[in-house]
Amino acid sequence: MSVIKRQDLAKMTEKLLKRKECKFEKHEIEKLITMFVSITGGVNNKLDRTKFRDVLHISFNMTDDILMDRVFRAFDQDSDNYLSHEEWVIGLSTFLKGAQDDKIKYCFVVYDLNGDGWISREEMFQLLKTSILKHSSEEDQDENIKELVELILKKMDHDHDSRLSMSDFKQAVESEILLLEAFGPCLPSPKLRDAFLEELSQEQAKY
Amino acid sequence: MGQALIRAAQWTSAKGGSGGKLEFTKLNEELLNSIIQFVDGFSAKYPEETKLVFKKPLTWQTIVSPDAINLPGLEDRGGDKISEAKADKDVPLFSLKRDGSDFECSCMTMEYCEQVLRAAGDKKMIELRACLEANRDPVANMLGERFATVEGDDNSIFRFIEEITKEIEQLAKQHAENEGNTEKQEEIEEKKLILKMRLILLRLDQQLLNQSIAQITKDVRLTPVMVDGEVSILQELSGEDERKHVLELIDFWGDGYVFKNGCRAPPQRQLHGDIAYIEVRPFDGNMLYITANTSGYYVNKGPDNRGDMNYEREGDAYRELVTLLKDKSAHFAEMIDKQEFHLKVQEKDDYMDARKVEEDDEDKESTAGYRPERAKQKTEEDSKDKGQKQKTQKKKRLEPSLKWKALGMEEYQEPDTRAEQKKLKKKKASPRMKTKTPIDADDTFSESSTESEEEEEAVERRSETNADLPSEYWQIQKLVKYLKGGNQTATIIALCSMRDFNLAQETCQLAIRDVGGLEVLINLLDTEEVKCKIGSLKILKEISRNTQIRRAIADLGGLQTMVKILRDPDKDLKCLAAETIANVAKFRRARRTVRQHGGIRKLVGLLDCPIVSATNPEADKDAEVARSGALALWSCSKSKKNKEAMRKAGAIPLLAKLLKSPNENMLIPVVGTLQECASEPSYRLAIRTEGMIEDLVKNLKSQTDELQMHCASAIFKCAEEKETRDLVRQYGGLDPLVSLLQKTDNKELLEAATGAIWKCAISPENVTRFQELRAIEQLVGLLNDQPEEVLVNVVGGLGELAKDPPNRLLIRKAGGIPPLVNLLTGTNQALLVNVTRAVGQCAEEQDNMAIIDKLDGVRLLWSLLKNQNPDVQASAAWAICPCIENAKDAGEMVRSFVGGLELIVSLLKSEHREVLASVCAAIANIAKDEENLAVITDHGVVPMLARLTNTYAWKGSKFQSKVMSSHQVINKHQLSYVEILTLPHL
Repeated sequence: MSVIKRQDLAKMTEKLLKRKECKFEKHEIEKLITMFVSITGGVNNKLDRTKFRDVLHISFNMTDDILMDRVFRAFDQDSDNYLSHEEWVIGLSTFLKGAQDDKIKYCFVVYDLNGDGWISREEMFQLLKTSILKHSSEEDQDENIKELVELILKKMDHDHDSRLSMSDFKQAVESEILLLEAFGPCLPSPKLRDAFLEELSQEQAKY
Repeated sequence: MGQALIRAAQWTSAKGGSGGKLEFTKLNEELLNSIIQFVDGFSAKYPEETKLVFKKPLTWQTIVSPDAINLPGLEDRGGDKISEAKADKDVPLFSLKRDGSDFECSCMTMEYCEQVLRAAGDKKMIELRACLEANRDPVANMLGERFATVEGDDNSIFRFIEEITKEIEQLAKQHAENEGNTEKQEEIEEKKLILKMRLILLRLDQQLLNQSIAQITKDVRLTPVMVDGEVSILQELSGEDERKHVLELIDFWGDGYVFKNGCRAPPQRQLHGDIAYIEVRPFDGNMLYITANTSGYYVNKGPDNRGDMNYEREGDAYRELVTLLKDKSAHFAEMIDKQEFHLKVQEKDDYMDARKVEEDDEDKESTAGYRPERAKQKTEEDSKDKGQKQKTQKKKRLEPSLKWKALGMEEYQEPDTRAEQKKLKKKKASPRMKTKTPIDADDTFSESSTESEEEEEAVERRSETNADLPSEYWQIQKLVKYLKGGNQTATIIALCSMRDFNLAQETCQLAIRDVGGLEVLINLLDTEEVKCKIGSLKILKEISRNTQIRRAIADLGGLQTMVKILRDPDKDLKCLAAETIANVAKFRRARRTVRQHGGIRKLVGLLDCPIVSATNPEADKDAEVARSGALALWSCSKSKKNKEAMRKAGAIPLLAKLLKSPNENMLIPVVGTLQECASEPSYRLAIRTEGMIEDLVKNLKSQTDELQMHCASAIFKCAEEKETRDLVRQYGGLDPLVSLLQKTDNKELLEAATGAIWKCAISPENVTRFQELRAIEQLVGLLNDQPEEVLVNVVGGLGELAKDPPNRLLIRKAGGIPPLVNLLTGTNQALLVNVTRAVGQCAEEQDNMAIIDKLDGVRLLWSLLKNQNPDVQASAAWAICPCIENAKDAGEMVRSFVGGLELIVSLLKSEHREVLASVCAAIANIAKDEENLAVITDHGVVPMLARLTNTYAWKGSKFQSKVMSSHQVINKHQLSYVEILTLPHL
């Protein structure tokens, strides 16, 4: 277990507090950085994909590999395949405390697999591939998923261009909040989220 | 018998105290019976021992009176009986003395004991009880303290034998030395006798003990080990999760100290047999405090404010903790059964496999697809005469029918859908919940039988229209497939897509049901996924507007799940569940289900929201929760028992608080609930005392018709009471009520408003105000072109208002009399009662009477005497009275009704008091005319009245006296006969 200097911690917290994307309180940030340090082993170390996935799995019960990967990408703003402590805190801010608009943007980024600004049919297919439990033949399965994709397009594709833009997605979610995680869970369930926040607000550091 | 009495007999309170009583138990009864048998016939069997004088008398309060005992050698001394024979000194062998109001009996020999018992006759048992209760150790009394019953080895008898033998030896020695020591000899003889007696009693004791062992083994008493075992098993099954656990909490009450003997109860309570105290919090009830006593488990009164346990017993004792809890908590009973169900499921699956093989060929057909299956079904339909057996078979195959669920036949579903469902629903509703439905249907409710018929019809109709199904049907079927086979993501997509259909349309509603969508939707409610639950409830809320869907939801056990959701922390979820319950609970069985599963209490809990004027999203949510709770309670409050349950759950103060809300969306369900509940006197009182009348009056002025209607309706129901009527006036409620009369196009509103006016007009002060508001003119205006429901109230109101003489004039001036008389030809009985009353009031005025007479109103009234309804008869007869009084030439008019007098006299045979009273009053008026009097006398009125006066002393006698006075003029003979009979009643 590595220790972080009190001074550094204060400085980093101060810096993060100034960023408006960060919705955490001071003590929460401190706690998060301590947590970061305990996972990575040093404040200047970076969090790699596997360790991040462990966190997602353990704290938020996420299981889908593709989505966890995407969540990591959404957190990793400079796309260097590692999370810095700032990315970690800012990412979790949206993840745990984001306003609806932030969450819509975040989810869209998660679902936009190739990052081109659209969620295409293929991407949807990819995302929904595992959504139907078992069925007789392989073809049948694909057929079912294609139908599901059509359903989604019918529901969400307002400009009828066979793909979802950010504005399509936003509009659909605003009219039906259940569609926020339309292509798979990428946000914590309320129960786990509250549990995590609860832990953050406690004084004693666990890590 | 000492040991038996101490060990086997069950004494109510701690041993040793003189206040102990023998409990009324089977065991004690048997013991007493044996002792009675023993005592009865003792003297015949043991002639010597029976005369043995006791060391100390057996004394007890007897119920035998001295007169009952007549024995030779008894001396009567001022009501007391005392035997002449004396034990040593002055103590008589038997005495029966008055001691206050009771008698005290005191016996020194078995002989007398036997006599007393014999004298007690069939009260032997009571007598013996009294005796044994007063003499806890009778053996000691009889034979001396040395034979007192002791714990442990009792070797008194051996010591005694030794003593006797020693003495005998001694005596023999003495005898050899010194002849004729008779004194000593006698002493020995007596001792021998005592020994014999002791042996006899010992045998009885043994017999009693054996007997009680046989009894006791039948009902094993609780031990600390058993209690610990039962509690720890239940502890394992308890926890936070309502859907998984049987109880929220179960633990021992107290400081947790366990005594050496395993008991947890304080020592002084252990003496009473208490082992431990258990606190139990069920999901659907208050904390229970249970005493584990050696005799069983029972509920006690729980700890008071200071934490001291009130040990008093409440209700029955149960052999097992589980049985007690089953009785106290519906949730527990249900869940405990579910625990058993997990085991049963496997058995059933085995059974299923066997069936599958049997039905293999049938399955092939059905897996071929939906369409051929249906075609086949149609052919079956054509050959309907194939009998009942075929019919059930057909149902079996029709895949999505709800009927099977209702019949408890869900096992026969297609195996693969079943497997799918099983994956989806981690928890299945218990079998009892489902099979319960058909049982309930038999529940003596006439309504229920029509319910099932209705359902049957629906199924039939469905299968007929199968030929051309709308395209929605197939689309919905596809969506349901995703619901069944998809993970959370696919499920949510399917749910959202389903909401795009027009769910208000019956085709879609029934399509969802028919493709088995309801089952899936309801099963989703049992999952952990909040989003799935929300999505599912959003659909259920919409489609439950359909009556068939409501019943299907109830049949599938959906209400139970929704009731559970009411406890969920998610507010959106709570709202949706409550709103859906509001839709489903529109019929009786559903309302009962809600109540039985503790739904009322949870719904009332939803009402508790803080009223904040500032609008923030959180407060809005809370208000929304309260609103949906009120909405559900509104539906539920149509059942009487639910009203009671709501009151007990503390709904009234919460409703009163919500009534202050400025939000009309909130007010409508709240006032709706209140007006529904106002049919109960307890609510009416509460509405008045909680100051809700003021708010109701305030909301009468609202802009929303619906709210105004419910307010008026609530006032209508509450204004049965005088204080309420006064309050309505004081808060200025009469003005808005009258102004509501303008809304002639909203019939329901009009009905409520006129009803409120009617009831309010019962108070004279209100009548004055109505006069000022010119209510009469407006009411008269409503007499035309209104449905009967409105007319009943309008006419009722006019009838009340017309009690004030000036109003009668106003009614005439407003032209109200012709329409009123016109209404006398109607058939609605409630209306007729009110119309006759109103006409009667109007007829008090001479000028009005002229109009009524001209319109032939009296003849119409008279013809209503023929009505079947006694209320109408009575009201018509009362109305006839003023008509006869005020009509010109009334005698002639009455005579002109052919058969009229005969008719009215024949009503004296009626069995309804009100009819009799009113007819008597009318006859009194008729009899003022001599000619009519002669006619009614011919019809035998006098003996009939005489018979009545014999039977009743009531309201009518005043009027009968009028009849009598009329008789006086003509028939002195009859008078004397009648007068004698009548006078005592006057």
